[in-house]
Amino acid sequence: MEKEVIKPKNKIHPHKFTLWVGIGSIVMMFAGLTSAYIVKRNQAGWVSYNLPTAFWYSTIVILLSSLTVHLAEKAFKVRQMSKYRKLMAATLLLGLIFIVTQVIGFNEFWKMGMTLQANVSFSFLYVIVGLHAVHVVGGVVAMIVMSLKAFSQKSRSYSIVPVQLISTYWHFVDILWVYLLIFLIMIK
Amino acid sequence: MSTAILNQTAQQEVHGEAHHEHHHQETFITKYIFSQDHKMIAKQFLITGIIWAFIGGLFSVVFRLQLADPNATYPFLEDFLGHWAKGGKIQPEFYYALVTMHGTILVFFVLTAGLSGTFANFLIPLQIGARDMASPMLNMLSYWFFFLASVIMMSSLFVQTGPASGGWTIYPPLSALGEASSGSKIGMDLWLVSMAMFIVSSLLGGLNYITTILNMRTKGMSMTRMPLTIWALFFTAVLGVLSFPVLLSGAILLLFDRNLGTSFYLSDIVVAGKIMPNEGGSAILFQHLFWFLGHPEVYIILLPAMGMSSEILSVNSRKPIFGYMAMVGSLFAITILAFLVWAHHMFVTGLNPFLGSVFVLLTLLIAVPSAIKVFNWLTTLWRGNIRFTPAMMFAIGFVSLFISGGLTGIFLGNSALDIHLHDTYFVIAHFHIVMGVASFFGLYAGVYHWFPKMFGRHLNNTLSYVHFWITIVGAYLIFWPMHYEGLAGMPRRYYDFSNWESFKNFGGLNQFISIIALLVFAAQLLFVINFFYSIWKGRKVTTLNPWNANTLEWTTPIRPGHGNWPGDIPEVHRWPYDYAKDGKDFIPQNVPVGDDESKH
Repeated sequence: MEKEVIKPKNKIHPHKFTLWVGIGSIVMMFAGLTSAYIVKRNQAGWVSYNLPTAFWYSTIVILLSSLTVHLAEKAFKVRQMSKYRKLMAATLLLGLIFIVTQVIGFNEFWKMGMTLQANVSFSFLYVIVGLHAVHVVGGVVAMIVMSLKAFSQKSRSYSIVPVQLISTYWHFVDILWVYLLIFLIMIK
Repeated sequence: MSTAILNQTAQQEVHGEAHHEHHHQETFITKYIFSQDHKMIAKQFLITGIIWAFIGGLFSVVFRLQLADPNATYPFLEDFLGHWAKGGKIQPEFYYALVTMHGTILVFFVLTAGLSGTFANFLIPLQIGARDMASPMLNMLSYWFFFLASVIMMSSLFVQTGPASGGWTIYPPLSALGEASSGSKIGMDLWLVSMAMFIVSSLLGGLNYITTILNMRTKGMSMTRMPLTIWALFFTAVLGVLSFPVLLSGAILLLFDRNLGTSFYLSDIVVAGKIMPNEGGSAILFQHLFWFLGHPEVYIILLPAMGMSSEILSVNSRKPIFGYMAMVGSLFAITILAFLVWAHHMFVTGLNPFLGSVFVLLTLLIAVPSAIKVFNWLTTLWRGNIRFTPAMMFAIGFVSLFISGGLTGIFLGNSALDIHLHDTYFVIAHFHIVMGVASFFGLYAGVYHWFPKMFGRHLNNTLSYVHFWITIVGAYLIFWPMHYEGLAGMPRRYYDFSNWESFKNFGGLNQFISIIALLVFAAQLLFVINFFYSIWKGRKVTTLNPWNANTLEWTTPIRPGHGNWPGDIPEVHRWPYDYAKDGKDFIPQNVPVGDDESKH
């Protein structure tokens, strides 16, 4: 009879794991939408279009913000709190700028006659890009809540988990944006 | 290394928090209403589910009244339903609302939220040895989103134009154009908003179940030592987390079509002589998005019932489950295949016949893991020392229904046959037996088996047996004849069959089915009475382990508090199916392996 050996496990934190499963779930949602887009594109009445230029600024902004959030996480690890706060604030600001550039992009698109109702292809752009923006807003809200906590004198949280959660989520919406951008350019 | 330490401390924080809460003075509100205790949340899901089951069941009784005799009037109905039953005659619009809401309520609110919401919450922490879910907070939110969804769906029943009435599958254009029917107006919007809340609830629940199972197992509880209930609930959660978002995206597009003038699903439609402006959309696109969830949904409903039946069959046969790994493997195979067969709901949509044949093949492949499971259940029963407890009766009933309903699935999975049988009563009979009634049997088996753990009291046995026999005999009497009606071409969703020469002769049979349906509904009330009476007045449980089962939930106190175990969480040393081993009737999972013990 073998004696059992119970090995100590290096387990991932449950909240982080929850986030990863949640990301899987969001991926499925966008997979559903982008597959619907592909199916629709091969049917009659599809109109090709070019993306608004503001979306290129969005891309630069969100890539930058991914860098700042990464540096913020690194600063937190070595307990450089003032640097961490500055970088977090920068990320938050970049997140807000991203939303603004998205709105500008939609405006640009709308004014060129490509309104929500004009054609299914435009409708798809509004829904897909809009839903991504909603996910970015979610990240911004989470970041505001966390920043308020970090700046308040009362509660000093030294757990790195929330920072890592925000950072992972933020990288995810960044990658999702890049995927959507490439998708919308390649398949139009 | 440093992250590892951080992770460990964080994990201790999580455990510590849960344990700490146990000592807090809990008020009525934190204990019974905004509870974060998984056991209380499970009970909330169960009781909300029972209320919905009553409403959904009642709806079926009302539309069976119509089918029993299309020309009859029931003056008492007008008192309750007003203009929906003018002069005691059920109106056609109302009939469609009834069947739509019956489907919606039973599929989503009862057999998804009521079944996996209840048992995933209740059993996962207790059976894997955790103090609570990975995130008790998200868990609480999951219930309250479900509650919100329930309130919205309930309110849609009372709006003037009536609730959604385009069928539970809400195909456009009926669901996309307010002009299409009275049920396509505000009732449909409420349906969509309610379902969006429901999806959020399912996702929050699912995230928690998966994380808890993978991360919070007690020492020694390796994956291959988990009870099959947990495996089934795990795969259920995976299915939900991956398929519900696709329904959500489909529903969002539908909301845009309804309220913002887009044309994702609409093209060239004329309603009452008026040409609609929508162009370029495709109704078939919705069906793809819907069934990509819709088919996994069938297994979201069925897998928990399979898992619980496996556990209950083994415990009450006093024998190890036959083929544990094959059971896990077949659950896995079903989960994968569930995502690859959605188009078998769409054989008559003009689907490319070659594509159709691929879906036929994949659909028929599901018969393989299903047959493995049936074989293993039967071999578990074979020569067992069977105790016919009410839970066991329902678990055996589940196997019976799964076989009967599964076999007709092989008919319907063939596109050549499906072209004839599509949208007939044959389909109704098939999915009611295999998914509806079978899962209900799993649900009942679970409630009868774990009621002592939930409430510290026993249910009344006599009432339970009466409930079982009426339900199983009644279920077959209701749905068996429907196969013949379907083979004869009788279509589903029709309000009045007496208008067709070819279906007139089924009048008597329809009447018979309706009478039985009424009886079966009455028998369910026996269960409801038994359930609520026993919560307060049932015979008290006096032993920790009334069924002599091996799993960890029976090592907790008779009425466990928040945190489940007053002391340390027990360690696990064996799989959960050591029954009739080395001359011992059962050996619980927390008993260390003896030196001279044989292998299982």
